[in-house]
Amino acid sequence: MAEQGTWKVKVGLAEMLKGGVIMDVVTAEQAVIAEKAGAVAVMALERVPADIRANGGVARMSDPKLIKEIMAAVTIPVMAKCRIGHFVEAQILESLGADYIDESEVLTPADEEYHVEKHQFKVPFVCGARNLGEALRRIGEGAAMIRTKGEPGTGNVVEAVRHMRQINADIRRVKNAPDEELMTIAKELGAPYELVKDVKRLGRLPVPNFSAGGIATPADAALMIQLGAEAIFVGSGIFKSGDPAKRARAIVLAAAHYNDPKQLAEVSEDLGEPMVGINIDTLREEEKMATRGW
Amino acid sequence: MAERFGVLALQGAVPEHLRALAAAGVEAVPVKWPADLEGLRGLVLPGGESTTIGDLMQHYGFIEAIQRFVQEGGACYGTCAGAILLATEIVGGKPNQPRLGIIPMTVQRNGFGRQVESAEVPLAMPVLGPEPVHTVFIRAPYIAEVGPGVEVLAEHQGKIVAARYGRHLVTAFHPELTEDRRIHKLFVEMAFGAVSA
Repeated sequence: MAEQGTWKVKVGLAEMLKGGVIMDVVTAEQAVIAEKAGAVAVMALERVPADIRANGGVARMSDPKLIKEIMAAVTIPVMAKCRIGHFVEAQILESLGADYIDESEVLTPADEEYHVEKHQFKVPFVCGARNLGEALRRIGEGAAMIRTKGEPGTGNVVEAVRHMRQINADIRRVKNAPDEELMTIAKELGAPYELVKDVKRLGRLPVPNFSAGGIATPADAALMIQLGAEAIFVGSGIFKSGDPAKRARAIVLAAAHYNDPKQLAEVSEDLGEPMVGINIDTLREEEKMATRGW
Repeated sequence: MAERFGVLALQGAVPEHLRALAAAGVEAVPVKWPADLEGLRGLVLPGGESTTIGDLMQHYGFIEAIQRFVQEGGACYGTCAGAILLATEIVGGKPNQPRLGIIPMTVQRNGFGRQVESAEVPLAMPVLGPEPVHTVFIRAPYIAEVGPGVEVLAEHQGKIVAARYGRHLVTAFHPELTEDRRIHKLFVEMAFGAVSA
């Protein structure tokens, strides 16, 4: 008998996206530009994070009509975001046939204490994390892919780097710890003990680890991959730049040859204006999206 | 004689295939540039996003390079996206989707539906013996039509999901995501010519 929605098919799709670029799009036209540029998937949104920041107010799941239009316009996987803890938005996205749900801090959280229980869904979930404990809590709830949170909508890669380095440092600590220390580490991280043991055995997260939040250039994408990200999410960085099609293409090429500086120099040439960007230390604490979720 | 195998490493599930080939007993290397095809016996085109991999192949000159590799005796194994890229005809692709056209067959992209339809399936594959293969289908294609010389190896829901053409192999599913190495071993044997179609 065929079995759908298993852990293997959920993680499997994440494995298939490795080495690729997932792009935020707000219209079917943008989705077509992203597909043409070589995106491995698109994230269907009503507003990119930079506009969510600028406009303020409550940011929610996109209009199903928009998601359906984007699914009809492209042949690559279509992801969509639900609010943290908003399991009904997740149910709606699953019924629409979204290929991945991002339970995302970019939207206004619907629950300040609890995330969605993700195992009960057939559709896979991706969640953001700033450290190993947060990543393993999300995996424990059923996330089949993790991405560093970074600080979305800023065009500033500094937080994505911080979160990736933190996760890497936490993994190194677990890997080098003797077995008798793992329970205490699990307690300190606030992470499920069994998953901490998995991390020690594998030397990495038990699901693919991608990067998001502030990636704006081909060099940013290559930096995150060299730091250990297995694929890249680009939000505002593409369609808030001067020449989205060209920049999108350049970031796809950078992801394919992330460790070849000559290639990176070539694709970085003459891309037009990048998105303007925000210095993180000018953000007030309540303006930071990365601190949403626990 | 070339002994090494390669995995096209532009995008997709590359490390899984490198591990599976190593477990099947051959040396396996990632292939990032056309020059890396030099000295290879077989090439795996991995699962991933076929539109992305196709674009990157075209951009870096892999279409002609892999066609030449095949003319010179190289063997190819395509899983999922890789199977799409080996086909002569693609249905449900993006406009002018690049492909290698090495196996005379028509492939239907996303043939079993979107991700919520993705599934694990125990599949009969007589060429591997009586024990069914545990397979993983992810937004998988199927083979809608095959040309002369293409041998059907397995079907799921009445659709062709595995086939071989001379020394070339395609599967719509992902053996690299399981621990069953029979399919990678079959490909290695085919590449060395121990099995003739």
